[in-house]
Amino acid sequence: MKPTPIAVFLAFAVALFLLLPLIAVVPVSFTPARFLSMPTDVWSLRHYQALLDNPAWLQSVWLSLRIGILSSLIATLLALAFSLGIWMFRPWFGSLLFGFVLLPMVAPPVVSAITLYFFLTTLSKVNDIVAYDTWVGVAIAHAVMIAPFAVVMVTVALAQVDRRIDLAARGFGASVSQRIFKVILPNIKFGVFTAFFLSFVLSWEEIGVTLFITSVDAVTLPRMMWMGLRDNIDPAIAAISVILIGIVITVILVKTAVTFTLSRKT
Amino acid sequence: MTFDKLKPALLLGPLVLFLGLAYLIPFLGVMQWSVTLPEPGFSQYGKAVSDPLIQSVFIRTFRICLIVTVCAVTAAYAIAYVWVRGTPVQRLVTELCILIPFWISVLTRAFGWVALLSNRGLINTWLQSAGIISEPLTMVRNEFGVVLGMMHFLIPFAVFPIASAMRSLDERVFLAARGMGASRLRIFWSIFVPMTTPGILGAALMVFVFALGFFITPAILGGGRSVMIAELIYLRIFQSPDWGLGAAVSVILMIFVALLLVLMLRFVRPNKMLG
Repeated sequence: MKPTPIAVFLAFAVALFLLLPLIAVVPVSFTPARFLSMPTDVWSLRHYQALLDNPAWLQSVWLSLRIGILSSLIATLLALAFSLGIWMFRPWFGSLLFGFVLLPMVAPPVVSAITLYFFLTTLSKVNDIVAYDTWVGVAIAHAVMIAPFAVVMVTVALAQVDRRIDLAARGFGASVSQRIFKVILPNIKFGVFTAFFLSFVLSWEEIGVTLFITSVDAVTLPRMMWMGLRDNIDPAIAAISVILIGIVITVILVKTAVTFTLSRKT
Repeated sequence: MTFDKLKPALLLGPLVLFLGLAYLIPFLGVMQWSVTLPEPGFSQYGKAVSDPLIQSVFIRTFRICLIVTVCAVTAAYAIAYVWVRGTPVQRLVTELCILIPFWISVLTRAFGWVALLSNRGLINTWLQSAGIISEPLTMVRNEFGVVLGMMHFLIPFAVFPIASAMRSLDERVFLAARGMGASRLRIFWSIFVPMTTPGILGAALMVFVFALGFFITPAILGGGRSVMIAELIYLRIFQSPDWGLGAAVSVILMIFVALLLVLMLRFVRPNKMLG
């Protein structure tokens, strides 16, 4: 049963709605005025220039990169160990534990934010490294928020693995670590990489929790954008938005093209 | 106890311990705030349910979340239908339109709506220069902007459970209905929609739960005028230091979401939602 023209029309109306705000930022980013204004005949790159001139933007990008890498490393490693444990040993309390580790994903973001605010302000009293408004503190908080997503991704990858190869390895006397490193990991490496990538993107974009746990020192890129959006809207936001949209579209198009060519080959 | 018996604990332990220390215990700490600040007792909970200002924020949050849920799920259904059942080209186009916004930061998307909807934004400028309106239409700093922005954020999330329900249908059912002379419209309403109801309910509950704790989009597009519950918590913690009340409202929100999630698990098995 193919969709009728009406169904196709409705679907494309929704598609247009989804793309509209992304398209809208492009002309705004090339306006010449110092304040947020609408496109005229005069085009200018001054908002892009502003991104380079103000060192705060580059600093925030560098900070977000560091936080993203550290937090997604922590989250992916912990999630990998956890998912392997569930998959290999299938403990009877497995689903209970699984529900527990998904908590930060299903709880309202604002509840997680106030929780992590409590966590980091409490730690601030005893150390300066994992603390409120420090980059390591933010990375740890992000790791809490993204670990559930990494668990889901790794678990989905494990669900595709044929249990019999693990049973065979076990039958031949392989130890737990041999089973993990020689049998299971090679089969899920793509899933683990996806989990790492998703974790990084989630941390890179994280703003809800970050707002609660940073103030003036650990200004990540989203936090920087938030400050430019709150009061008088800074048109540099349009320029950085266009750059971010460009990156996302490039990655998705490349990925689509690659899967398309691969599917043609097989 | 041999070393091998400890292996499960070594694998499962680190994450559970990490989240226990960094999430569960701090949440208990927030609960403690809610009953000790500024004075011991449940007075903050009493205030949270009886204060007319907070009540109005709760009511507004529910109203906006309901509207957003209905609109987002309807829109998601339309696009999911073509994504799952369209021609290859239609599938590719809809897939890109779902995935691109999905990966783009919530701030960029909210900013896009500001650029479109504000008084001197693209839509008002075009309408005015075309002579259709003389005064700009107010579309941000009110609920209209908040609803549009939240819908835009949540539609891609709603698409996945609906699409997965649509994929699992047996094509022969439609052939049978066709063979017995049912019209296309009849097949759609009497067979297709009922058979995808679990996906619709799953998507609706998921969107509603997400929308409840939503903070960034309402803060930017609502411009402080239509404050929702999540922004209220933020303001109580950072602007009028009133931690006890902020914590109490958080705990109420958490309990409510927990109840909704229990409801959700009755409709959709979690593995279905992962698609």
